[in-house]
Amino acid sequence: MPIEIPKDKWPGSVRKVTLGATAAEGGTRAKTVTVGGQTTMPYLQFEAPTPNPPVVAIEIKSRKPADWSLLLAETWGEAMADAAQWAKKAEEAGADLLVLALTLEDTPESAVKAVKSVLAASGLPLIVWGPGQAEKDNELLVPVAEATKGEKLVLGICEDKNYRTIVATALANGHLVQARTPMDVNLSKQLNILITDMGLPADRILMDPTTGALGYGMEYGYSVMERLRMAALQGDTMTQLPMIVTPGFEAWKAKEAKVGEGVPQAWGDWLARAIHWETITAIALIESGADIVVLRHPESVKRVKEAIGELMTA
Amino acid sequence: MALSGIQIYKLLPQTNCKECGFPTCLAFAMKLAAKQVELAACPYVSEESKKQLAESAAPPIRLVTLKAGTEVKAGNEVVMFRHEKTFYNKPGLFVRVRASDGDIAAKVATIDKYTVNYVGMDFSVDGFAVEADSGDFAAAVKAVRSATKRPLILIGDPAALPAGLEACSGETPLLYAADSSNWEAMADLAAKHKAALAVKGESLDELADLTQKIQTKGVEDMVLDLGGKTMGEWLMRSTQVRRLALKSNFRPLGYPVIAFPGKAGDPSKESVYAAQAIAKYAGFVVLDSFTPELAYALLVLRENIYTDPQKPIQVQPGVYEINNPTADAPALVTTNFSITYFAVANEVEGAGLPAWLVVTDADGMSVLTAWAAGKFDAERIAKAVKEFDLASKVNKKRIVLPGHVAVLSGELEEELAGWEIRVGPREAVDLPAFMKQALN
Ligand code: B12
Ligand code: SF4
Repeated sequence: MPIEIPKDKWPGSVRKVTLGATAAEGGTRAKTVTVGGQTTMPYLQFEAPTPNPPVVAIEIKSRKPADWSLLLAETWGEAMADAAQWAKKAEEAGADLLVLALTLEDTPESAVKAVKSVLAASGLPLIVWGPGQAEKDNELLVPVAEATKGEKLVLGICEDKNYRTIVATALANGHLVQARTPMDVNLSKQLNILITDMGLPADRILMDPTTGALGYGMEYGYSVMERLRMAALQGDTMTQLPMIVTPGFEAWKAKEAKVGEGVPQAWGDWLARAIHWETITAIALIESGADIVVLRHPESVKRVKEAIGELMTA
Repeated sequence: MALSGIQIYKLLPQTNCKECGFPTCLAFAMKLAAKQVELAACPYVSEESKKQLAESAAPPIRLVTLKAGTEVKAGNEVVMFRHEKTFYNKPGLFVRVRASDGDIAAKVATIDKYTVNYVGMDFSVDGFAVEADSGDFAAAVKAVRSATKRPLILIGDPAALPAGLEACSGETPLLYAADSSNWEAMADLAAKHKAALAVKGESLDELADLTQKIQTKGVEDMVLDLGGKTMGEWLMRSTQVRRLALKSNFRPLGYPVIAFPGKAGDPSKESVYAAQAIAKYAGFVVLDSFTPELAYALLVLRENIYTDPQKPIQVQPGVYEINNPTADAPALVTTNFSITYFAVANEVEGAGLPAWLVVTDADGMSVLTAWAAGKFDAERIAKAVKEFDLASKVNKKRIVLPGHVAVLSGELEEELAGWEIRVGPREAVDLPAFMKQALN
């Protein structure tokens, strides 16, 4: 007698969100990326197929970062000093899309220049982050949004303190936003409500529930993502957005990845450990529902993409 | 599935004889449902009822314990997602050796000794799998046994296994694996040696069929190998088995699951397979490649996934002494979230710098989380400094705050009159340099 497998039947689904616009769509991207559309918990393809695979973004910066791990500096080399070159190398490393992080040293002019040079160097869809200080974010992201009208960039990172200006410029210039809240289902919902209340359609929002690295609070993000995804499937419209998380940023901040000397012997080889830290953080988050993971090291990108390929083949 | 009081009542004699100490059978049934009394208190329950009650009381996923000098438990889980309650029995991490490997004892001894500290807890691997291939199996098991006290998984066919079993008699190993061609012989072996038995099948139907047949041979402790060629396939099967056990109370698959990430073929993929297995319901994980860096990452992942979401790991508030501080050593302030405490303590200790570490009661939250939640403010810090009588320990009335909460310094100066408030770096990694340069 064949076993009857219990299947969950959910009333809701995750919205589809498309990043980037091709020439035909008013932008210049060689291709677009669509995420979301799920009707099941992650990869349970015996209930329904996963319509869009999760994707991997590589984070690059407008200026050579001084505080990144030596290991990252070694793999990206000279390219780190030039955003366009870095973008090309990231595309070669298998990125599905790019994140360009602007810095506090940037001016509106240098920011626009960096974004344009990346758009010219690579046909991948692009996410642009401000440096993370509300005023500076506004100062840089508004001119960037205006100079790239119609590209369907993702602008970030919107938090409750600084979402207004970013959302307004995304609205005016045909872009999307990344909405970040600190690991809390209700805070995610609230920010999404505030943003949609400003008139930005929900299919132009990516939800960033915040994450921690392996060993540094990752499990909180993991469970919040599972809960957000369940809420979405149960039909709660303000959680029905694809999720973006930053395991690369978090893992490379952790001592395990950042530091090679003066650490316990039991931590083993530095490079191998750093890659495990980033990869395993990312894999765990993909298992709990991430649609976009932002990574830093090419080897992690390779491993995570292989894993995604396997999760998509039922 | 647990029975209700009324369902239990129907299985009792219903004579209200009071010998159990309760006025009626119904009252006794209610207490039984609440697990406040033992069924044995009623002398008159029929054998048939006893059997039914025992079955209903059994956990939906059987607890399987492997034993040698130490124990590893798997099973007894109650939820699909950790936020619904918590995950209980961390998957046992095993490393495989083969009888044909050179110098097994040395290899196992190195791995057996491996320990790594994560936020004050020492982690190590849980056991070893020994595979009977072309080498001398009995000698291999003996060599492993000479190097570790941890439980074993013995991998081989019914002809090969007895030699290995003899070499570790008196223990409860796991035998791997029974399949549709050899299950009778494997079940006999497991029953004879009181071992647990892994069961392998290409479909859940086949697995369920096998576990039922094996159970009739008197083997209760089973572990499932779900097969599956890709991560996607494995994830689905693992989810289905857990759901069948928890939601449908389907006994034939109510056993822990074993995963072999090494089947991915290369060590980089193995790490990813292992991560999935740990997150998604494996009870035992057998690695083919052991490296300290991978073991560390997987052991931390396991700890994170199995941490009770209701109880963040905390340390006791108080003043901690690092590197035997004298009255001239500086005083640093932090919160009682374990990860935070150890990030700071390890850094200072590693640099060989003496310090007093004032750990405030911040409900087990990190610096910024506690600050945002109002659990790490000037008032609380001042209270800790006074309560722990820091003034009696140090010559210089000075405390160093985490850089992330620099905003608290003004208010703290008011709360702690006579104390100098210094703002340290944001990240603990930069503390030693700061202490050497700025704290003299
Ligand atoms: C995990 C987490 C949580 C977990 C809690 C985990 C816990 N037990 O603390 C949960 C999900 C419960 C949570 C909840 C909240 N969180 Co929270 N959370 C985080 C997260 C992701 C990681 C925090 C962490 O564990 N860091 C690791 C530890 C080790 O870091 P740390 O304690 O700061 O210690 C480091 C340094 O400070 C330094 N250090 C520590 N002590 C000392 C001492 C000295 C002397 C020195 C020099 C240095 C030093 O060394 C350490 C290592 O470098 C951060 C974002 C992030 N990625 O950092 C947000 C974050 C801290 N949370 C935030 C917020 C707002 C909240 C909430 C208020 C949200 C809400 N309303 O629900 C709640 C508050 C809690 C509540 N009301 O119950 C904000 C704080 C924003 C701000 N600047 O105020 C953050 C920064 C996220 C964000 N970007 O918005 N959170
Ligand atoms: S001893 Fe048994 S039969 Fe007697 S009252 Fe108690 S439950 Fe009923």
